[in-house]
Amino acid sequence: MPKVMMKVNGAEAAAEVEGRTLLSTYLRDLIGLTGTHVGCDTSQCGACVVLVDGQPVKSCTAFAADLEGAEVTTVEGMTNPDGSLSVIQQAFQDYHGLQCGFCTPGMVMSTAALLAENPKPSEEEIRHYLEGNICRCTGYQNIVRAVMAASGQDAGALAAE
Amino acid sequence: MHNFEFVKPSSVADAVAALANGEAQPLSGGQTLIPSMKARLNAPEVLVSLTGIAEMQGVSRDGGALEIGAATPHATVAREAASHFPGLAGLAGQIGDPAVRARGTIGGSIANNDPSACYPAAALGTGATIVTDRREIAADDFFQGMFTTALDEGELITKVRFPIPGASAYAKFLQPASRFALTGVFVAKYASGVRVAVTGASEDGVFRWAEAEAALSSNFDAEAVAGLSVPANGMISDLHGTSEYRAHLVRVMTQRAVRAAS
Ligand SMILES: Cc1cc2nc3c(=O)[nH]c(=O)nc-3n(C[C@H](O)[C@H](O)[C@H](O)COP(=O)(O)OP(=O)(O)OC[C@H]3O[C@@H](n4cnc5c(N)ncnc54)[C@H](O)[C@@H]3O)c2cc1C
Ligand code: FES
Ligand code: FES
Repeated sequence: MPKVMMKVNGAEAAAEVEGRTLLSTYLRDLIGLTGTHVGCDTSQCGACVVLVDGQPVKSCTAFAADLEGAEVTTVEGMTNPDGSLSVIQQAFQDYHGLQCGFCTPGMVMSTAALLAENPKPSEEEIRHYLEGNICRCTGYQNIVRAVMAASGQDAGALAAE
Repeated sequence: MHNFEFVKPSSVADAVAALANGEAQPLSGGQTLIPSMKARLNAPEVLVSLTGIAEMQGVSRDGGALEIGAATPHATVAREAASHFPGLAGLAGQIGDPAVRARGTIGGSIANNDPSACYPAAALGTGATIVTDRREIAADDFFQGMFTTALDEGELITKVRFPIPGASAYAKFLQPASRFALTGVFVAKYASGVRVAVTGASEDGVFRWAEAEAALSSNFDAEAVAGLSVPANGMISDLHGTSEYRAHLVRVMTQRAVRAAS
């Protein structure tokens, strides 16, 4: 089987893959990064979103063999170098942007992609951008608050309340 | 998912050679093909990735036309077509969600011809040219009903050429669960007349609404189509909307597209 190399969270990773090995399988089963969650496995829920060369990608809907040499960031790569939570992660904790936590890795990675592109998104822009990330617990309100807070904005004033 | 051999050529010529084997299939963004392989609706023996072919990437202006490489992701079109052809960029930016737009490509969307997909409406609504490894196909001849196109076995779309309209817009009534169009209408105004293409509505896939084109060509105003309607017969009917509802949406979304383009 061919060996596929990627740079995952800044470190070189390598694993032997089949043609059908998904990026989610590569990350979770082959290199042991189980922070990325597989919810639906049908491209619908966004729990498996990671960054590939800075872009949000559903890792259940990409083949590892197609990503030779890619730079991948997973939720494990989101913490600060000293191991403390990043601003986005801390905001999710502070504003109760999670309950069961299943959707959270995808939410955090999609938020990272959003804020890289648009550092101060409006509430509407946040809701629009996170449309592909489904949460069965929170009702989204606190997720939107967390993203507002993570982008340095007032998390108290949401139109939908 | 059944296993397959994965190949990643770096030129169109090598991809076409790899596809000559009848059991091979192109893989572009994989946002349609991978889910359908998981469901075992599709089980190619060889997958030929198009993501490493530089000549199939990018948006470029050629006089009055915009050419888009078939393997260009939706997000790139949304960004790079914006100053040349805002109606098309707006359509690309409404497809699915950000992760779908980061991988999914125009060539994959047009080759797949899903009856609710967005790009077929832009291609037909502009009279675009679908360029393949062996010929050029007018959009009017390319789309041949749900999931059916003029492509031959092993034929590869390499780019799509859009004549840039004076004004245009895509109005999409979202089916929020799938994120596809419950009904979407692309309207484009040229010196030679107006074109109107409808997706998501007909059981035959994307189609042109000739009556609306005639009315809008003489008066480009949403009111010009207020009295027109399409028959419900032949419209898709499912749990998201009846055929009557979709027929109604065709007019409403045409009007919204005209207002947005004006
Ligand atoms: C959650 C979700 C939401 C979506 N929402 C929308 C939406 O709102 N609107 C919309 O239009 N689409 C939507 N899509 C579909 C998406 O746009 C796909 O990206 C697109 O339909 C297929 O493009 P692809 O590059 O992913 O192609 P692939 O999945 O790689 O391929 C699709 C088919 O086309 C063939 N093919 C690919 N490239 C070529 C080529 N160059 N020449 C010949 N054949 C080729 C493949 O062999 C395959 O049969 C959605 C998908 C998902 C998962
Ligand atoms: S697990 Fe990938 S989108 Fe749901
Ligand atoms: S916190 Fe449970 S699914 Fe989002």
